[in-house]
Amino acid sequence: MDIPYTVEIRRDTGLTNGKIGIWLFLASEVMLFGALFASYIVIRTGAPTWPRGDTMLNVPLATVNTIVLISSSVTMVMAWASLMRGRFETFRIYMGLTILCGLAFLVIKYFEYSAHFHEGALPSTNNFLAIYFTLTGLHGIHVFGGMAVNAYFWGPGAKLWKENPTWFTNRVEHAGLFWHFVDLVWIFLFPTLYLL
Amino acid sequence: MSDPGAVAAHPSHAPHVAHHEELGFWRKYVFSTDHKVIGIQYAVTGLLFLLFGFSLMMLMRWNLAYPGAAIPWLGAILGPSRMPGGTMLPEFYNELGAMHGTIMVFLGVVPLAVGGFGNFVLPLQIGAPDMAFPKINMLSYWCLFLGGITMLASFVIPAGGAAQSGWTSYTPLADIAGSGQTWWLVGMIFLITSSLLGALNFITTTIQLRAKGLTFMRFPFFVWAQFVTAFLLLLAFPPLEAAGVMQLMDRVAGTSFFLPSGLVVSGQALTNAGGGNPLLWQHLFWFLAHPEVYVLILPGMGIVAEIIANNTRKPLWGYRSMVYSLVFLGFMSFIVWAHHMFMTGMGTTMAAFFQTTTMIISIPSVVILTALIMSLWGGSIRFNTPMLFALAFLPMFGIGGLTGLPLGLNITDIPLHDTYYVIAHFHYVVAPGTIFALMAGIYYWYPKATGRRMNETLGKIHFLGSLICMNVVFMPMFIVGLAGVSRRLADGGASYDFAQPVLHWNVWSSWGAWTLGLFQLPFIFNFFWSIWKGEKVGDNPWEATTIEWSAPSPPPHGNFLGAPEAYRGPYEYSVPGAPKDFWPQYEV
Repeated sequence: MDIPYTVEIRRDTGLTNGKIGIWLFLASEVMLFGALFASYIVIRTGAPTWPRGDTMLNVPLATVNTIVLISSSVTMVMAWASLMRGRFETFRIYMGLTILCGLAFLVIKYFEYSAHFHEGALPSTNNFLAIYFTLTGLHGIHVFGGMAVNAYFWGPGAKLWKENPTWFTNRVEHAGLFWHFVDLVWIFLFPTLYLL
Repeated sequence: MSDPGAVAAHPSHAPHVAHHEELGFWRKYVFSTDHKVIGIQYAVTGLLFLLFGFSLMMLMRWNLAYPGAAIPWLGAILGPSRMPGGTMLPEFYNELGAMHGTIMVFLGVVPLAVGGFGNFVLPLQIGAPDMAFPKINMLSYWCLFLGGITMLASFVIPAGGAAQSGWTSYTPLADIAGSGQTWWLVGMIFLITSSLLGALNFITTTIQLRAKGLTFMRFPFFVWAQFVTAFLLLLAFPPLEAAGVMQLMDRVAGTSFFLPSGLVVSGQALTNAGGGNPLLWQHLFWFLAHPEVYVLILPGMGIVAEIIANNTRKPLWGYRSMVYSLVFLGFMSFIVWAHHMFMTGMGTTMAAFFQTTTMIISIPSVVILTALIMSLWGGSIRFNTPMLFALAFLPMFGIGGLTGLPLGLNITDIPLHDTYYVIAHFHYVVAPGTIFALMAGIYYWYPKATGRRMNETLGKIHFLGSLICMNVVFMPMFIVGLAGVSRRLADGGASYDFAQPVLHWNVWSSWGAWTLGLFQLPFIFNFFWSIWKGEKVGDNPWEATTIEWSAPSPPPHGNFLGAPEAYRGPYEYSVPGAPKDFWPQYEV
């Protein structure tokens, strides 16, 4: 038995199920990160002193990471646009680049983390580092999750292209929405933690 | 019972049976993606956890009625770390208390009300073949299952036992509590994930998969209730997830989100970095947990509305006002949370804001309750078991709601805060309120799930016994609470002089609880016995108007024999000039 409106659009809502689903999921993600940002404000405003981000963290590396992640959002759009034009091989290349950018982000993040641990800057050291590790850690898990989904569509999930190109294109679009959200969270995280 | 609804449901011309490959036992009944199987899995899991959570309470009630009295055989079973010689340790009492709350709310009522009824009934009522995302639906159930297992496992872990910091897990106490709290947090993260996945599925299903002609204002009230509930779950749970992650960090990675500087525990200064804010946890917790209160009650209201319309043979009185109230209530529930925190020294301006919003949110609840009561006016009421439970819901929820008003006002909350009065108030809402509504729903939709009706005599014994016992349990708590007895004491107040004049009421409550347990036996027997021996009924035994009754009982995979269509509103009962006293939504 098939569920209606997985591929075709429902006329009166103008949407597929997956489109609504992913936006609802992102709404809940906004509440998740929103609560953490709110906690950041509460803890920071209640603290007698608060370190400037650039004295504790590596701003150049994070700037590189920001560029990497924004580039990956561009390649993600290109991947989806390639599918819209029916160019599967171009999709493979752009999607591959997106995954590689995600990987580069995590590798750079790993170097940042290990430098902190090496200096003895741990989550337990102070509340600045606590919120830093919690926010970036949770964000890192989201990057990893997005990469896993993208890798699935690059690899085994791509079979669907032959059977049902519209459905596959929609699914890549939804993965893209999630990926842009993860990117957007970083764009808030970077100035909040590193620059302010 | 004649079955007029079946005429439209089984078109004589070429019945189109959805073809599907036969699935094996595991895929069909265990790892199923069929919303009806998942709904039943949720419901049975929820009922089992309700029973388990209730058993914890029956155990606690022993120590409250007879503090320090030993039950040697129970001591032998539970061991010296919990009940040495059969006398309950206060630490064990705290475990029971924390886990009773957690289990009843997150593993009992929500899985039954939202996961069970939502999954089983909602797609049928909107004429959908299944949920929009069947695999996510299955994943959602199994997340709940893992969360439940984690919570249960925390009782038997070698060191420490289950969480002891109450279902609210207030910091800093929860930050420094034993290892059971970590299990609690991990379990909660599973349960939150389960709820989020379920919520986005319900919303998408409702918007996308409703039958042709089923506009939003033709939704049965139950669908509206589930729809609003899903939004509450979707948007209120993530902040608790964030808070849970932070508390987990505090406990595992040694951070100090909720630990203030200079905290001294048992005469020892803590060595953590400090600088945290214990109230932050309370804010994040209640940001979820106040909407959660409405998650507990709204599905119940939806069930009661269905049953009242059906058994008064009348349309609901003020359907539109009820829907608008429901949506308004859902919105308001996000800005009342700090009325749980009047005692935290939040300042009069904040308190004034939150008590105002709290008074405002009582208006839509009263509108809905009033509309339900008005619906009874002039109806030819059928007093079957579901209707009896639904009728009892009205005054019981009314008592719970009205006794909440003094708690919503800052001035009167201060003396009542954390007393048994609070327990009595919210249990009237949730126990004889929501749980009665859920029982009503079980008796009402049982024929749809099994093709058989539950036994009426056993049902009426269950109803009458439960109604009396519920009141014997909870009414005395108002008296005990007004006398000022704290809800957190393992001895029920026996160690305080001022509590002596009301202590005998604890004995009443306890015997009420144990008798209430006995009166669930007819239900448990009836539930299983009726699967095989219940009276066989047709597709529409209650002569109802909503779309779920056009499907065969039990509905096959894919639910309907043809694509159902909605031609009119949900409650066209006793339409003047119509040939019979109900005019189903799905009949041309």
